[in-house]
Amino acid sequence: MKEVIAQAIDLTIGYDLPQRSETVVAKGLNLDLRAGELVCLIGPNGVGKSTLLRTLAGMQPLLWGEIRLMGDDLHSLRVREIARRLSIVLTERVDAGLLTASALVGLGRYPYTGWAGRFSPKDEEIVRWAIDVVGAGALANRLAAELSDGERQKIMIARALAQEPALMLLDEPTAYLDLPRRVEIMGLLRQLAHSTGRSILLSTHDLDLALRTADLIWLMSPGGGLHVGAPEDLILNGAFQETFRSEGVTFDPTSGSFEIEARTNGRIAVEGDGLPAIWTRRALIRSGHTIAGENEPAPARVDVIAENGNVRWRVRSGGEVKEYRTVREMISDLRRRAAS
Amino acid sequence: MADLQAAESINRTINRQRWILTGLAAALIAVFVLSLALGSVRIPLGDVLRVLAGGEAGKDSWTSIVLKFRLPKALTALLAGAALAVSGLQMQTLFRNPLAGPYVLGISSGASLGVALVVLAGGGVGSVLLAGVSLLGDFGLAFAATLGAGLVMGVVLFVARWVDNSVTLLVLGLMFGYAVSAVVSLLLYFSIPERIHAYINWTFGSFSGVTWNQLKVFVPAVIIGLGIGFVVTKALNALLLGETYARSMGLNIRRARVWIIASTSILAGAVTAFCGPIGFIGIAVPHLCRSLLNSSDHRVLVPACGVMGGLVALITDLIAQVPGSTTVLPLSPVTALIGAPVVIWVILRQRNLRAGMSV
Repeated sequence: MKEVIAQAIDLTIGYDLPQRSETVVAKGLNLDLRAGELVCLIGPNGVGKSTLLRTLAGMQPLLWGEIRLMGDDLHSLRVREIARRLSIVLTERVDAGLLTASALVGLGRYPYTGWAGRFSPKDEEIVRWAIDVVGAGALANRLAAELSDGERQKIMIARALAQEPALMLLDEPTAYLDLPRRVEIMGLLRQLAHSTGRSILLSTHDLDLALRTADLIWLMSPGGGLHVGAPEDLILNGAFQETFRSEGVTFDPTSGSFEIEARTNGRIAVEGDGLPAIWTRRALIRSGHTIAGENEPAPARVDVIAENGNVRWRVRSGGEVKEYRTVREMISDLRRRAAS
Repeated sequence: MADLQAAESINRTINRQRWILTGLAAALIAVFVLSLALGSVRIPLGDVLRVLAGGEAGKDSWTSIVLKFRLPKALTALLAGAALAVSGLQMQTLFRNPLAGPYVLGISSGASLGVALVVLAGGGVGSVLLAGVSLLGDFGLAFAATLGAGLVMGVVLFVARWVDNSVTLLVLGLMFGYAVSAVVSLLLYFSIPERIHAYINWTFGSFSGVTWNQLKVFVPAVIIGLGIGFVVTKALNALLLGETYARSMGLNIRRARVWIIASTSILAGAVTAFCGPIGFIGIAVPHLCRSLLNSSDHRVLVPACGVMGGLVALITDLIAQVPGSTTVLPLSPVTALIGAPVVIWVILRQRNLRAGMSV
């Protein structure tokens, strides 16, 4: 097992606001964060993911228990010492004003520079390394305010890296990004964890992406339970399905994704192979059909015929045979028939 | 290749910023000397320089005008401008608000209350204060203003150590300002016209009332305030990303806040005490500097604001003197009348107010 960077022991998290009674979000948490691991914290909205992250970062007081950061009690460390061991990336978009990307990353050297904030050659080198390692070398001289959301997020990650922490905590780092950018950022974080030996914990709503990239999942369920395991373990033991069960949506363990429950249009068989067949099956599922297994009787059947780079769809149903040249035509016709 | 270009581009930016700072400093020196030469009496530049070098001007009266009146006034304007601009910059960054200025914490309100009590209140508290004040000679009004500003500063610093959120401080400062203005209004309402006039005169602000004797207090106060200002530069940079990030990078927020507020209080308090409440410079100069340098980095902004603040103060004072005439315009209206269009022009041209000063 790899070295433990941070540890939560019998941790109770929540809010203890004056003039209000204590609100416990989760209790009895025992958690480890290890070097070189990417951990994704997932769970339904409002379950307390941010509270857990904030508490682990020392930004919010814990109600009970202890957090140890590289062997020391987090709350006995000075802010500067914490900053050398732990860095954060927050959900909120920062408005860094007229700072260049490299100046923004340079702010990460804060806990290492003297009172005047002057950089040593080593500081300069680390800033350059951090920018390069997130693949933002071309952005270094651009003003942070002019960067796109994805570019800015890379710079914020580089800033967190420039702190040279053993542990990085990121609160929904992919929240504002489009899908390709999300995949890119998650891939970057996994690669950072593996190649630099840092421990990275991030919260996300991107279940699909988390399942595909995380070394370990922390799954928080309503009521404060927390399951820890490899993504596949949590699917196989049903914890995932249990946590995200809600009306109308089910987690399909075979495809590893969420499905909308509306399969009322009957069973249909699909004949054919290659990409056209795969996407035909998806289209039929989307329009509410169930795909019949091999040799399973079905009232309707689609033949996917690929010839000379053209694809045709031949649908047999109730003795009627019809051919279509696009998926769209086929689906709308099937839908019309199901409705009548 | 990309690295080389990047390094080159960074060097270009730094060089450009150095040139701008040098240019501003040169302009400052030039305008400083000019302000000694111009006024109701025009003194040739050669004579001014001779006096500055310790010699005598062509006429005895010229030497005395330069040494007794114009030099202390120019020094006051220079330091007051620098003080207002640097404290304005600090408040804008601390509160992440482009409209913040040196007076947001209610320091000028405190000073004006002190002055109002002395000038307006005839009996009671006023007479006691007045009796004490008259003992201090030419420090009278300044002393009353310092007392008022110091009182507010004490309260704000005390609260700053306990409050978690800087915005709370901002609201407290605002409310304090309103309450004090109300008291001043009441005092005005019950005062006789001559005293009201004296008070209004103070609110116009002026660099010319400061004597060499007063400069012995004013100069060290501003130097201490600016000194702290330089020390908190690093903290101000960290605060650009907001308090949460700043803390996560190892900044002790409460301690930093106390030092920043102490610096602003000393700077704004000293200026208000000796020159009256001078508007505009504290809010506008930081924006001018950000636009000119195209940077939010306080390592260049603090010195730039110091130099630019002094420069703007000297220029507005020059204009308020209406060179060649005996008319002297009140200072505060002049700073605003000349300054506001300049700032509007700069901001509309650059469109980076929001980028430079995130809200």
